[in-house]
Amino acid sequence: MRHIISLLMENEAGALSRVAGLFSARGYNIESLTVAPTEDETLSRMTIVTRGSDDVIEQITKQLNKLIDVVKVVDLSEAGHIERELMLVKVRAEDGLREEMKRMSDIFRGRIIDVTDKTYTIELTGAGYKLDAFLEALDKGAILETVRTGASGIGRGDRILKA
Amino acid sequence: MELTGAEIVVRCLAEEGVEFVFGYPGGAVLNIYDEIFKQDKFKHVLVRHEQAAAHAADGYARATGRTGVALVTSGPGATNAVTGIATAYMDSIPLVVISGQVPTPAIGMDAFQEVDMVGITRPCVKHNFLVKDVKDIAETIKKAFYIASTGRPGPVVVDIPKDVTQHKAEFSYPKSVKMRSYNPVTKGHPGQIKRAVQMLLEAKRPMLYTGGGAVLSNAAEELTQFARLLGFPVTSTLMGLGGYPASDPQFTGMLGMHGTYEANMAMQHCDVLVAIGARFDDRVIGNPEHFFQDGRRIIHIDIDPASIAKRVKVDVPIVGSVKEVLAEMVKLIKASKERPEPAALKTWWTQIELWRSRDCMKYDRDSSLIKPQYVIEKMHEITRGEAYVTSDVGQHQMWAAQYYKFDQPRHWINSGGLGTMGFGLPAAMGVQFAHPEAAVACITGEGSIQMNIQELATCKQFNLPLKIILLNNRYLGMVRQWQEFFYGNRYSESYMDALPDFVKLAESYGHVGMRIEQPGDVEGALKEAFAMKERLVFMNFITDQTENVYPMIPAGKGLNEMILV
Ligand SMILES: Cc1cc2nc3c(=O)[nH]c(=O)nc-3n(C[C@H](O)[C@H](O)[C@H](O)COP(=O)(O)OP(=O)(O)OC[C@H]3O[C@@H](n4cnc5c(N)ncnc54)[C@H](O)[C@@H]3O)c2cc1C
Ligand SMILES: Cc1ncc(C[n+]2csc(CCOP(=O)(O)OP(=O)(O)O)c2C)c(N)n1
Ligand SMILES: [Mg+2]
Repeated sequence: MRHIISLLMENEAGALSRVAGLFSARGYNIESLTVAPTEDETLSRMTIVTRGSDDVIEQITKQLNKLIDVVKVVDLSEAGHIERELMLVKVRAEDGLREEMKRMSDIFRGRIIDVTDKTYTIELTGAGYKLDAFLEALDKGAILETVRTGASGIGRGDRILKA
Repeated sequence: MELTGAEIVVRCLAEEGVEFVFGYPGGAVLNIYDEIFKQDKFKHVLVRHEQAAAHAADGYARATGRTGVALVTSGPGATNAVTGIATAYMDSIPLVVISGQVPTPAIGMDAFQEVDMVGITRPCVKHNFLVKDVKDIAETIKKAFYIASTGRPGPVVVDIPKDVTQHKAEFSYPKSVKMRSYNPVTKGHPGQIKRAVQMLLEAKRPMLYTGGGAVLSNAAEELTQFARLLGFPVTSTLMGLGGYPASDPQFTGMLGMHGTYEANMAMQHCDVLVAIGARFDDRVIGNPEHFFQDGRRIIHIDIDPASIAKRVKVDVPIVGSVKEVLAEMVKLIKASKERPEPAALKTWWTQIELWRSRDCMKYDRDSSLIKPQYVIEKMHEITRGEAYVTSDVGQHQMWAAQYYKFDQPRHWINSGGLGTMGFGLPAAMGVQFAHPEAAVACITGEGSIQMNIQELATCKQFNLPLKIILLNNRYLGMVRQWQEFFYGNRYSESYMDALPDFVKLAESYGHVGMRIEQPGDVEGALKEAFAMKERLVFMNFITDQTENVYPMIPAGKGLNEMILV
């Protein structure tokens, strides 16, 4: 099962490598990992997308909690949550393709953020599957480059992760 | 007044009440060593290899429950200490290891004797720090001791660049620390404790399975009270030995790969199992699938939530210290009118006695060769079971665990989790420093002892009257045993050729050496050695080369698939 785990940790040098090291040392899988400081700059917020059986996920959350720098851990997938990912895609936008690319971007509520006579760069946010769907919908040959941030997640309603 | 970083380090250690620092100097820690020279608050013990510094600090910690301290220089000093740090980590032993680092501006420049100590040790420490500012030294060291010794204990590394030990700052040692990210729980959940007690009172075939956590928690008294109150059988892991008196009739011996028949059978067939600071290690339950038993309910007490439900599913998880949880349980049981059904318990004990009568630890007492088991039994007798015993890793370790009946906690000191050959001698040094008057013995093999033999010099320098019991089978015996059982007697590289003359070797270090070849000489030699209270005696027992450790559960098998003699 896919899980999205969110955590708050002390914003200190080496904190990220403790988490990454934990996953590799214990053989847990990481689909994506994003991290940045929060409004309280002494804290970093990290979102990890992983897969595993319930037992494995339980161990992952316990092992994360055990890291001395980690302040709080939640498995967002346990209850209502929202997940977003940002993707930048550079596509071919030559004569015949220009209209088509613009149209696809509009359908998926993308924004064209850079234009040359041969390319468009499209910015797209959404749940991971929506970004996947966009890429699926494009002609493979038209995609020049993609870059994705990995998912960020937040609980719905008054589900709040605070130190 | 402003102090240098080096002065601050030394003052912090003094503030922590550190008695001994085990270490080895070098460029990056010269400033600290200069301050050590000027102080008299703690004693510095110069080992002969940094691995031994970590093991000695570890032995000290295991024997006292206090945090052990080691000090090493950057680069090779630091890497040499890593095995010792990993050893402590696997057995949850509180250590603070201070390592020197190249000056801050040189970090990352492939400087002379630079190694990323924080990176290298990350997977084998509870936590580690790189101190970049002299103003942070005091707080970091305070945190290091706090983290090492609380919750599930473990080693903490504090890496200090040389320039930071030169810079100056105001010194004040924090009285306490609070960390929002680290708050270990010690008190168990009352609801869970109640549920557990109810389950215990309804048990028909109960079993208490205790481990290193009971010793680490200093809970021997609570454990004994708890077990006696209920009249339940007790077994212990290798790490928990001494937590419950081995001479007590309720004790069924160690369990696991080389555990007794009765303990393993009872473990497999019980209906309520209480794991008390034990972590269902693979050497203990073997394959979790074979271990699984329908209808058996498991209560698990552990201070580390991650130890619970890691290898086996449990019915009642209790996160807390063994000491507090058992004290609470004893209170509840005493207050309850219910008691486990006596008839059921009696039937269970009859079954256990039947298993016990299999006498799984018998060995040939009429052999013309020295049997290693006999040496340990005699040693137990002569030291009245009161010695502190360290060991190395191999067959001799198992015999020590099986035949030296430990009645007291913190007297059995060995590397269980990492299984580090070379641990025994330096660990024994740490123990002897902690308990200068006590009899301290190191049970070892001719393979293991050669991994840190240089420490005989440290023992001489500090007049440590250790008793080294070498069970010399001329083999890497544990390896040989596996090759005999599972590799068709192909003894690949397990013969220990070209052994030194250990008597002369001991003498050249200024100690007493003995060579014992006849079973009839064992007792006399041991008596003589233990009577030499001021001297280190190195006893080279030439033992039966082909003796094996029994019982044995082959790796990956179930507890009821033991190989017996
Ligand atoms: C050659 C060899 C053979 C071996 N054969 C065997 C064998 O036959 N049988 C055997 O048992 N072992 C054997 N071992 C040892 C084995 O590898 C493990 O080290 C050992 O079984 C683990 O013991 P433990 O479960 O008590 O856990 P420990 O490693 O001692 O861990 C302690 C547990 O207690 C918890 N804890 C710590 N402090 C507290 C506290 N205050 N309160 C509550 N909980 C706490 C910790 O979180 C941890 O889960 C062997 C080792 C070697 C090298
Ligand atoms: C540092 C290290 N290297 C290798 C091993 C693997 N090993 C485990 S037991 C053993 C044999 C130990 O031989 P010895 O010290 O003579 O003890 P014996 O088994 O003969 O009693 C070896 C090589 C280990 N545990 N530690
Ligand atoms: Mg040997």
